[in-house]
Amino acid sequence: MKRLFNEFLRGIVKENPTFVLVLGLCPTLAVSVSVINGIGMGIAATFVLLGSNIIIAGIKNSIPERIRIPCYIVVIATFVTITEMMMKAYSPALDRALGIYVPLIVVNCIVLGRAEAYASKNTVANSFFDGLGMGVGFTLALILISGIREALGAGTLLGHKLFVSFDPVFVMGMPSGALLVIGLLLGFFNVLKGRKT
Amino acid sequence: MSASQFLTIFISAVFIYNVILSRFLGLCSFVAISKETKPALAMSLSVMFVTTMSSIITWLIYRFLLIPFDLTYLRTISFILVIATFVQFVEMVIRKTSPAMYRFFGIYLPLITVNCAVLGVAVLNSDMFFVKGRALQGSFWYSAFQGVCVGLGYTLAMLLMSGIRERLDLCNVPKALKDFPLAFIIASIMSLSFLGFNGFKF
Repeated sequence: MKRLFNEFLRGIVKENPTFVLVLGLCPTLAVSVSVINGIGMGIAATFVLLGSNIIIAGIKNSIPERIRIPCYIVVIATFVTITEMMMKAYSPALDRALGIYVPLIVVNCIVLGRAEAYASKNTVANSFFDGLGMGVGFTLALILISGIREALGAGTLLGHKLFVSFDPVFVMGMPSGALLVIGLLLGFFNVLKGRKT
Repeated sequence: MSASQFLTIFISAVFIYNVILSRFLGLCSFVAISKETKPALAMSLSVMFVTTMSSIITWLIYRFLLIPFDLTYLRTISFILVIATFVQFVEMVIRKTSPAMYRFFGIYLPLITVNCAVLGVAVLNSDMFFVKGRALQGSFWYSAFQGVCVGLGYTLAMLLMSGIRERLDLCNVPKALKDFPLAFIIASIMSLSFLGFNGFKF
């Protein structure tokens, strides 16, 4: 049990997909304008990660070595399509806000990376917790980035007003704000890592 | 179909909604391969070729397979499979026909399969040029042209970035910001300057 919990925890801190592995940045930067979008994207990606990790770990012995990547892509694309349809049906507003970045989960390097590097070599249970950990790590990273951007760019958090009087930093809501925040955060985490070692 | 429409597609795909600096598609390769100009150029040209071809192929599939059979919900899965197969095919052809070109492009081609820019263009085309399941007039040419322009936008950002990073190699930067973080901060400043194109109207 403890081992499984460690699998889960690894994705959140030691191998955080965004800040340590630096994977899957396209959706991270594009949707992090507001926290609610970040959470929506995080949950969608977590669902795809979980589903594809479980299925791929389950069928890994019957996939021929040479065509494994197309096989993984089919599995992942299936889960992405399910997510797309569910999101269109149950939360059309979120679907509109995330736009083309929902179908693009299929080329998110985190999902394919975990399938190739982890699920194809480990048991279903381990892969489940790995997927969950990576998904939660990704969601937390998204919440952090979108929190900073929403607080500075709009002066709100989850739609609630944060400050009494505050002139929003317009650029934080723009693409360049996203790049600036992720650059500085990566630098910040590098400093933390350097201090520990 | 009119010339002004093509001009609009060109300006918006290359400058206003630049794939990398505004839409954030293909960021991974942008940060990873932009350390030197030569590989950056090879990667950009391969991306431009693949976005153009995949725009054409996915338009044909969407128009003649998915729409008539009412299968548009299979868009993601069919597009990504076709793109992956196409890229694999191109790689094989290049390897057999021209070893020199394979050395120049070959190693970047497999990477392109999972480059979000390629699937992104395909999805964007089907969103922009199809209204309620009907192809707009001239949408085939618009799609193909948008493929070219997105590739051009990618090349522009890639060349600017690699030029800047080549010079930065000689500078003394804080240790914590080396490589990735600095690349993002530079990209942020570039993206800020591209904001200036936002006012373009026709």
